[in-house]
Amino acid sequence: MAFYAPTDADQGIIQKIFYVHVPMAIVALCGFIAGGIFAVMHLRTRDRRWDMRSYVTIHLSIVLAVGVLLTGSIWARASWGQWFVWDEPMLVVFLIVFLLYATYQPLRFSIEDPEKQSRYASVFAITAGAFVPLCFGAVRMAENLTHPQAGTMTTSGPSSVTITFLVSLVGMSLLFVTLCRYEMASKNATSKLRSLRRRLAGDDDFPLPAGRSAAPQL
Amino acid sequence: MSTIAATGNNYVAAAYLVFLFLVLSYLAIMATKLSRIERQVVEISELVEARAASGASERAKEPVA
Repeated sequence: MAFYAPTDADQGIIQKIFYVHVPMAIVALCGFIAGGIFAVMHLRTRDRRWDMRSYVTIHLSIVLAVGVLLTGSIWARASWGQWFVWDEPMLVVFLIVFLLYATYQPLRFSIEDPEKQSRYASVFAITAGAFVPLCFGAVRMAENLTHPQAGTMTTSGPSSVTITFLVSLVGMSLLFVTLCRYEMASKNATSKLRSLRRRLAGDDDFPLPAGRSAAPQL
Repeated sequence: MSTIAATGNNYVAAAYLVFLFLVLSYLAIMATKLSRIERQVVEISELVEARAASGASERAKEPVA
């Protein structure tokens, strides 16, 4: 799909990296915000399924964020001659957001009580989720930007660039939703199996899985 | 000029390969988890069937009044 769009006159072929890098970044950031919204629902309803949704969304967004950092570094190396530019606000803010969310799994894992684990994780997801639009809003309002903006990319180029970008964005969003549902189904099945094992262990020495997990317990 | 274009192609290929690698790794991990779930389901269903069979044989041994 990326090769349907014409080659950029300014950047050349390396501009095609944006068709994977930018949708990944947008979907990852929206995923972090969605994780915060699911966490609000969890605290409001005390329904563990919302905690599971929040956990899975954040988990998958972290995976995408790794992809954003790697593809962004490749583009920066090709365009600027450096893997990472420390005085570029967009890059540094994304790295900070990624590092913030990198503490989410260890935080969950460090809390043994499942009730406390889900509550503390929800508070973290809400705070960090609110931090994401604030940070990127501040960066967008700042002056002297050198990092290309997604808005200028789609409005300044020909319509095929816009179409390619939008198709990439929709594709990435659908991939994200599909993988989220896949992981959620897997986690639900694991929880159901665990409860079945517990019921069987009630009158038998059926072996129960040992150890704690960062994933929510339904 | 062609060297610059070739280098650009390499960077684009590397970026798309990173994305592909991430998605495939994720799917491989999920497939491993899925096969573990399948093993556990088989294990539990075998246990339930064994219990049902032993329960039926014990009922058959009981004297009829």
